Amino acid sequence: MRIVVLTKPVPDPAAAAERLTSDGRLDRAASPAVINGNDEYVLEAALKLVEAHDGEVTLLTMAPPNAVETMRKGLAMGAHRGVLVSDPALVGSDQWSTIQVLVVALGELEYDLVLAGFDTSDGVGGVVGAAIATRLKLPYLSSAAKIEPNPDAGTVRVRRISPTGFDVLEAPMPALIVGTQLLGEPRYPSLKGIMAARSKEVVTRSLADLGLDAAAVGGAASRTKVTGQQKPPARGATQVVRGTPEEGAKAIAELLASRRLI
Amino acid sequence: MAAGTIWVVAETNADGALAKSSAEVATLARTLADAAGGSAAGIVVAADPKVAAEELAGYVPRVVAIAEPASTGNAWAQVAAQRAAAILASETPAAVLTGAGPDGRDVAGTLSALLERPVLVNATAVAWDGGPSVEMSVFGGKLVTTSTFEDGEWGIVTVRPNVVTAEKAAKSGKVEAVKPDGDLALPVVKVVESIEEAAAALPIEEARIIVAGGRGVGGEEGFRLVEEIAGALGGAVGATRAAVDSGWIPYAQQIGQTGKIVKPQLYLALGISGAIQHKVGMQTAGTIIGVNRDPDAPIAEFADLVVVGDLFEVGKALLAELKARK
Repeated sequence: MRIVVLTKPVPDPAAAAERLTSDGRLDRAASPAVINGNDEYVLEAALKLVEAHDGEVTLLTMAPPNAVETMRKGLAMGAHRGVLVSDPALVGSDQWSTIQVLVVALGELEYDLVLAGFDTSDGVGGVVGAAIATRLKLPYLSSAAKIEPNPDAGTVRVRRISPTGFDVLEAPMPALIVGTQLLGEPRYPSLKGIMAARSKEVVTRSLADLGLDAAAVGGAASRTKVTGQQKPPARGATQVVRGTPEEGAKAIAELLASRRLI
Repeated sequence: MAAGTIWVVAETNADGALAKSSAEVATLARTLADAAGGSAAGIVVAADPKVAAEELAGYVPRVVAIAEPASTGNAWAQVAAQRAAAILASETPAAVLTGAGPDGRDVAGTLSALLERPVLVNATAVAWDGGPSVEMSVFGGKLVTTSTFEDGEWGIVTVRPNVVTAEKAAKSGKVEAVKPDGDLALPVVKVVESIEEAAAALPIEEARIIVAGGRGVGGEEGFRLVEEIAGALGGAVGATRAAVDSGWIPYAQQIGQTGKIVKPQLYLALGISGAIQHKVGMQTAGTIIGVNRDPDAPIAEFADLVVVGDLFEVGKALLAELKARK
């Protein structure tokens, strides 16, 4: 099986150092980058699938050149190679632009499955996977809790989380699947994996390499703009109650009553 | 500029009724249309769209109901998006709104590709300024940005649950039943089986009150108390990833970075430290109360009230207190 995993480097939520530049773009210098959390779940699923069915996992990332560093972690987990689409003209890309670029980049790769995470922790959009599948006319299976390909039949089954449980979806491969945390805990890279990752190939592709016009995608072609940024409204002071459980319970009930919540 | 029509692509519940999030989004569309001097309209695509379409007409003046048999037995979102795209292609939309849940996102992404339109995601508020002016909470809520489409563009906006309160219009709108027209060009994804799980009585995204448990709850047994308190307050049960990973409660109830983002009026956190991965899912709640042994837990930095103590002792005392106040 050949699996492409879409991964995005995001500002590390744990570092809590994210900020925007004055023109409304992520200040990448201010915050350390990590692989997006939901992308790690689908990468883990991809690695398990190639362990069971043989094959290769390719990471596909669109990001600035130093994203090679975050991609190394995915390679250390076991991905076989990486493709990094990077070009100065891509700075300021919106979702629309990202979709156009990834569609063309995927066109250069061979795959049975394309996997993407449920959403990213920075923008929480979760629309790119559906749009790419639509553009490429790939069967689209989302909110996956389990992925079960049947290579002999050329089909894949996905357990999709539904409001009342799960729907089992089936479609022919190649297909694009958006996955969730229920796919399972991502592995930690082993020391051996980290060593091996150093010599794995990461190909960098520019817009020219992909045959894309820098005026048609990227910052120049973004169709949305950030017009303002502000800190979220501050929450009031915290009241701390220490005492007997009854005193604590009373404090809770009084606050609820004063705010008409009971 | 004439405002055109603000469209909503609605979702239905399993029983065919209009989804609560769609009633909210429809209310938002009507409010924006009033502000813009335009009109609002909705689209329902289902095997039997009648009930939801009539409900939706309570919120917007015009509803297009498409009875699409392929909505059943196949993954819904892309089927619906294709039928909605066909309607929208012959209209002059000023914007298209969907929910920001799993189905709404799938509809929005598919529409974006079919209609070649940009998307603004995960709105926490929308105003009208010649087009939608969309507030989004980014970087786990550390920043609120405002974004618009470029001049002369219209696009698709996904809207989070609970950012507007659903409110019916003074006068009900009209439902037009439209036959599905043309082939469905996107690949068909079949639903081969539906598995019912013991789902929570109330989906947490829609709950006005959430009582949530974390690692401190200690086990499945401990969640009984969380459920009991939620029951007493008329709320839903939520959980942290640690509690879900331990198998104490289903993933559907996980709140946080890789779970759900909620905005209830009350969030009562039992045995939850308030680490950033959880905080991003609940920090916009109206009132936040924590019960925790550790007075220095991060939740003390953003809660309205923190009770320092054993969650079981405080929880049982709270049940007694609530009962006494009834």
